[in-house]
Amino acid sequence: MVLIGVGSILCLFLLDLSLGSVKISVEELFRIISGNASKKSWEYIFFNFRLPKAITAILTGAGISVAGLQMQTLFKNPLAGPSVLGISHGASLGVAVFVLSSTAIFGVTANFQETLGSWGLILFAIIGSFLVLLGVLLASSKVSDTVTVLIVGLMFGFITGAIVNILQYFSDPELIQNFLVWTFGSLSGVAWSQLKVMGPVLVLTLLFSLFYSKEMNALLLGENYATGVGVNVSRTRLKLILTTSIIAGTVTAFTGPIAFIGVAVPHLARLLFRTSNHKVLIPATMMCGMVIMLVCDIVSQVPGAQTTLPLNSVTALFGAPVILAIIIKSKKMKGAF
Amino acid sequence: MEHESEKTPGDTPFTVPILYTQGLTIGYQTKKGVLELERDLSIKIHNGELVCLIGPNGCGKSTLMRTIAGLQKPLNGDTVISGVDVKKMKPHQYARLLSLVLTDKINVGGMTVLDIVSVGRYPYTNYFAKLEPKDHEIIEDALDNVHLNDYKDRFFHELSDGEKQRVLIAKALAQDTPLVMLDEPTAHLDLPNRVEIMNILKRLAKETNKAIFLSTHELDLALQTADTIWLMNRDAKMEIGTPEDLVLSGMFEQVFKSNSFTFNKHSGSFKVVHAIKGKVSLSGNDVYSIWARRALEREGYEVATDSDWFIKVQYSNDLWELNIHNKTYNCHNIAELLRTLRQEMSLISDST
Repeated sequence: MVLIGVGSILCLFLLDLSLGSVKISVEELFRIISGNASKKSWEYIFFNFRLPKAITAILTGAGISVAGLQMQTLFKNPLAGPSVLGISHGASLGVAVFVLSSTAIFGVTANFQETLGSWGLILFAIIGSFLVLLGVLLASSKVSDTVTVLIVGLMFGFITGAIVNILQYFSDPELIQNFLVWTFGSLSGVAWSQLKVMGPVLVLTLLFSLFYSKEMNALLLGENYATGVGVNVSRTRLKLILTTSIIAGTVTAFTGPIAFIGVAVPHLARLLFRTSNHKVLIPATMMCGMVIMLVCDIVSQVPGAQTTLPLNSVTALFGAPVILAIIIKSKKMKGAF
Repeated sequence: MEHESEKTPGDTPFTVPILYTQGLTIGYQTKKGVLELERDLSIKIHNGELVCLIGPNGCGKSTLMRTIAGLQKPLNGDTVISGVDVKKMKPHQYARLLSLVLTDKINVGGMTVLDIVSVGRYPYTNYFAKLEPKDHEIIEDALDNVHLNDYKDRFFHELSDGEKQRVLIAKALAQDTPLVMLDEPTAHLDLPNRVEIMNILKRLAKETNKAIFLSTHELDLALQTADTIWLMNRDAKMEIGTPEDLVLSGMFEQVFKSNSFTFNKHSGSFKVVHAIKGKVSLSGNDVYSIWARRALEREGYEVATDSDWFIKVQYSNDLWELNIHNKTYNCHNIAELLRTLRQEMSLISDST
């Protein structure tokens, strides 16, 4: 299973590097890597566009999927995920404040974009997603019902959406344009300079997530049982919230909101590996996330054509049916989890 | 430990406690103020003792259990386990002294029995919950104890309720604690499973010298298996004693007394009180008469053994003879007996 996973990730990684508006054959890829590119332009495309994009795909795929898994265990809710619970919206709000702030609220003097750069973008997105996640969590401590929590998340999404709209209303058309393009979601917007920031943050948080398997397994049995075997539930919860917001915030900041991957991939991993044991499930979810994200990226490039599709739509087309299937199976919703 | 020697309730045939409380007051904070459920409790649980906590709904059983389990703070007082005040204990220390089986529903697919029981080893394992050979041995033993050795790789959500409960008991055993606490472990189970669970617990208390503390609504089973009963009452203080002492002192009857049933001190069982329509003479003492008596009582007749009443029932030659006003009917089974009785009685009441 692991071999198949790693194998398909490698294959798809190469495929993602090779396909696009310009097709670069796999042999050519190796030639470029060894420094004997047949065409200078290919080498340029490879190093400056394809490679960062493929690496971004792998990191965001793993990241957003693990964030989804963490939220599903945290909320004990099979439908939880960054995009469903409004976490991505929170990150969007952070990004909107960051991108649109220059004219909207703070006047021209407070142009965060120039003063803070990539780190600022990440920070704002993380704060946004953290605030929404905290809000949803507080609300969910009052209502435990699965569906109600989703509605709460939806409402938070609306609220942040409304604030984003207001910000847009007062903003420069040019900045709005930037922001709109960002909301379509894209992996190609991530250049090396941004990957330098995003890469280490995601790699670190993903490594940390691997250490959560024990506590997350205990949480699966419920808070009381977890406490009974010596797990500090509130600390675990805080760790999960922080990790989720950092991952979701970072990913969203650079690639735009990526819909449904976070909800759908953990289910795919459970289905393929037939387990909910996080010791297996966390790495499995990372692996499945990488695969799905690479596939979505390849599809969004529409191989052979000159156009590209918005990534956000491609992931939604893949993810939404998965969620529909879960809801239709909702009699077994508890078993599916 | 000093040990008060009272004659009846409060006394138990054990000496060294694994858990005791001092001035424990339980209850919870409500919007209107503090609701005290029990005040100043001094209770003890000993190694090898099976303690059953019983009491009517709403008397605070769950609150007491949650308080002792450390899931809820007491209003006042201390709980001491194995000589250490629980307030000073770290979560993982607590988890090595006390294991829990709760009524919380576990809605999880894709976890095998082994996965669940392994959670019991969490207080001892490293960050990745890696199981050493010794852990595997303990898990193996735990599964043996609840007769689930062949179930290791089965999915938890596919098991029956009785099997699930046994898995959770195995989890608690894998936790290897001197004290095991179970909140209504026999709820939702059928009779064979209820008895099996209680037998397993009884055996564990004796063989492993663990203290086992459980709450239950099964008065019958509690009377038959518990070493000590904690009898909680809605108004009065909790009574503690052996099942027999509590029955003999009338405490048992007093706590559960009701208009709709009575407690029979001789059989140790409760009997539903039915409205009385009339009296029936029933002769015979064999098993057929016993069940005929129950059917008649259920139907609302008081059953007398003298033959002075105008309805008489007698079992002979595989038939129940029903005699009403000197008319005799032969009935093949209880259903026929009751049907005939109803028909005849309605004719009589119509004619008068």
